Amino acid sequence: MHPAPSVIIFTTLSGLGFGLIFWMGLGYPGVTGLTAFIFFTLAYLLAVGGLIASTFHLGHPERALKAFTQWRTSWLSREGWLSVITLILMAVYGAGLVFLATRWNWLGYIGAALSLATVYATSMIYCQLKTVPRWNHWSTPLMFLTFSVAGGALLAGQPRFALPLLAMAGLVQVYVWIDGDGRLNRSGHTIATATGLGRIGKVRAFEPPHTGTNYLMKEMVHVVGRRHASRLRAIALLAGFGAPIVLLTLPFGHIWAAVAILSHLIGVFASRWLFFAEAEHVVGLYYGKRRAA
Amino acid sequence: MTALPKTTDRKLGLVIDLDTCVGCHACVVSCKGWNTENYGAPLADIDAYGADPVGTFLNRVHSYEVTPVEGPAQTIHFPKSCLHCEDAPCVTVCPTGASYKRSEDGIVLVNESACIGCGLCAWACPYGAREMDGAAKVMKKCTLCIDRIYNENLPEIDRTPACVRTCPSGARHFGDFADPESNVSVLTRERGGMDLMPEQGTKPTNKYLPPRNKDALRSADPAAPVLRPVTDEPRGFLGWLDRALSAMPGGND
Repeated sequence: MHPAPSVIIFTTLSGLGFGLIFWMGLGYPGVTGLTAFIFFTLAYLLAVGGLIASTFHLGHPERALKAFTQWRTSWLSREGWLSVITLILMAVYGAGLVFLATRWNWLGYIGAALSLATVYATSMIYCQLKTVPRWNHWSTPLMFLTFSVAGGALLAGQPRFALPLLAMAGLVQVYVWIDGDGRLNRSGHTIATATGLGRIGKVRAFEPPHTGTNYLMKEMVHVVGRRHASRLRAIALLAGFGAPIVLLTLPFGHIWAAVAILSHLIGVFASRWLFFAEAEHVVGLYYGKRRAA
Repeated sequence: MTALPKTTDRKLGLVIDLDTCVGCHACVVSCKGWNTENYGAPLADIDAYGADPVGTFLNRVHSYEVTPVEGPAQTIHFPKSCLHCEDAPCVTVCPTGASYKRSEDGIVLVNESACIGCGLCAWACPYGAREMDGAAKVMKKCTLCIDRIYNENLPEIDRTPACVRTCPSGARHFGDFADPESNVSVLTRERGGMDLMPEQGTKPTNKYLPPRNKDALRSADPAAPVLRPVTDEPRGFLGWLDRALSAMPGGND
């Protein structure tokens, strides 16, 4: 799939932002006043910034409000609703912390649950697609959720949660790669089933429909950069989880914490880029761009 | 709502005969022409006369080579457009309700004024039937020529999709699959009409007729007795030349 920067920025930053909102809702760190204000500003910049970035790839962003209408069937619509409800509820909760030095516990817990639900809805936009076997798997939401909660704990300055969660997210990431690599093959989709011609013999794409490219090939038959996949995987794993874990075990310092957060962000960006670039859409079978039957 | 109708009164769709399609791309051209000049945003070409042209099409013709275990390879031309699936995954993913499936005839359509151009429906389609228009930035797809099939301003013979009307080899048929005695139902039954990628569970309405079995060449060539070689060894001048060249250094290598 085409790794559109707007979607990579959206899923990475929003995931991190809602992860931080999750921990704030649970009362970690238990701060009020100006410190709470700084934490909430950071969380909202990430979450809202990501959501705004997601509109950049729309053909008609001026109609974006229409995306709130189909929550009964569409995960994209549900994600819109959940993110807005979460952000409004947690703004009220945050105002209590910042201006009244009061923690409305129940509101924080509801907001924390809604944060997770938002990230889950984001992941389901991809997980629901049968056409992309690599994504169409329970590990996709698990990966989005563990990344969000681990990154959120890191941002919230909670090493006792961040350490095990970062390790867990790294393990989930490794599993997603190892198991995901074989999923297209295991899905049983081949050029033979795509064309229905497998009953006659071995099918090979002989001539494409046109000599140039098209929307489908740019969007779904993306192949650029897969050759760097193994190096990017190493970067994602080391920067995203390895380095932050090491840095968190060092004696605490704001500089090291900042380096850990930046490193994590770079790692998650690399991982998200691969999430799209390595995902193969079954329409590629019609173009002879997937494994032979 | 982008919920799918439980049933549709009619199931309009196409039968595409892979046996008779000659791969002329006339359906591609007529589709592009009709759907550029009529209903909805025109099908744009970007950089049409430049080095890297790219355009929007609702129907494209692939060509495949199929090699049986025994016998020669075959070329099979393969037109592909929206299959108007019963369980259309492109419809339910749409966040705005722009994508919908009509309960009266089963046609899957896009309300272009509600489309935000997010592209998720194109991701959800296994067949590559939806393309984002490069100029209008809304999702385009086959409408089954909705502005022809119900158009009483057209002569009755023209009230079929443009691709069907134009096909010179009669490889495309339009009809109602809900009627078991319709032309398309009968063709599907008699010729073993098949679904594309049935394992995706989309239940496509359009059916593809597989190529008929080819007659095999007889293994013994009928001309063989007449053309049997009269000699295994060259004689006469060629024989002398063969012997002379063989006698030269390195001649017997």
